[in-house]
Amino acid sequence: MAVCEDKKQDTRIQRIASSIRVVPDFPKKGIMFQDITTLLLDPKAFKDTVDLFVEQYTGRGISVVAGVEARGFIFGPPIALAIGAKFVPLRKPRKLPGEVISENYILEYGSDCLEMHVGAVQPGERALVVDDLIATGGTLCAAISLLERAGAEVLECACVIELPELKGRGRLNGKPLYVLVESH
Amino acid sequence: MKEVVMLEEENGVVDPRLQAIKAAIRVVPHFPKPGIMFNDITTMLLRPKVFKDAVEIFVDRYRDMSISAVAGVEARGFIFGPPIALALGAKFIPLRKPKKLPGEVISESYVLEYGTDSLEMHVGAVQPGERVIIIDDLVATGGTLCAAINLLERVGADVVECACLIGLPKFKGGCWLNGKPVYVLVDCRQ
Repeated sequence: MAVCEDKKQDTRIQRIASSIRVVPDFPKKGIMFQDITTLLLDPKAFKDTVDLFVEQYTGRGISVVAGVEARGFIFGPPIALAIGAKFVPLRKPRKLPGEVISENYILEYGSDCLEMHVGAVQPGERALVVDDLIATGGTLCAAISLLERAGAEVLECACVIELPELKGRGRLNGKPLYVLVESH
Repeated sequence: MKEVVMLEEENGVVDPRLQAIKAAIRVVPHFPKPGIMFNDITTMLLRPKVFKDAVEIFVDRYRDMSISAVAGVEARGFIFGPPIALALGAKFIPLRKPKKLPGEVISESYVLEYGTDSLEMHVGAVQPGERVIIIDDLVATGGTLCAAINLLERVGADVVECACLIGLPKFKGGCWLNGKPVYVLVDCRQ
């Protein structure tokens, strides 16, 4: 039975992996961009992606799914809806109206900033962070900080794709990472 | 003929789900600039049942309309479009600000109050003849939705309807956009 389940899982993951398109030299030369929009054009692959995350997170008392703008907005809400959790958008500066908290993070060249609404999350809530891809882990680290500053407990980060060579997994404040596909 | 369908009252009975949706939307004055009463849907996303009901209302409407693709306008259209697409078994097509989509795109410019902006879609995302709905959180001037309609029609798609949670008062009592009907759940809060 376990083998059958694994095989079923493998088939879904195979389909997900092959639906992702690699676009060379985007946004700049030398970067092999992992494009999930082709996954979104395959309704079964998209559904399987969400189902795999939902299977991972159902029944774990998660009341908050935080999604990183903008591709985290595509995967986060369906997961939130399926597990009965709130969806909290984490956004680039000046997009969220009203009172926000901000967290800066380092980019390859320069820095960027992520914001979350004050009051979106209550102390003690159990949270999941969702994005399409983890590279260096800088953005996810900022996301974890925002949630922890608001008193939430971040259980895990979930991404469709990991770029393991960039070692983001080890930069998540000790939080576990769950991914569907690795890209080398 | 001008027609925008506002679901708030049918035969004088108000759908309690719509009341809850409207009540869950927060108005933030003077954002992004003085004079604008911003209708903030993020507070609705903090109420799982209300969010779920909003999605269900759209899904119920489009379930039997043979919709094969849902196009969502960046970024808040990315929150509502995918759950609707998944429930309908349809593709999800992100319509994005310039230079965000990798690979080959088509672009449509549109006029803002001051200046212009532009929306992009991937070449090949949609096939000629596909029946598509367009989702965004709110319709104000309709400029963005018009650009979205144009993008889809340029590749031969059949835009069945535009759907938004919120519509500004100018839409009450009827407005088509580019000949396409606009379906709105609630009017904006002031």
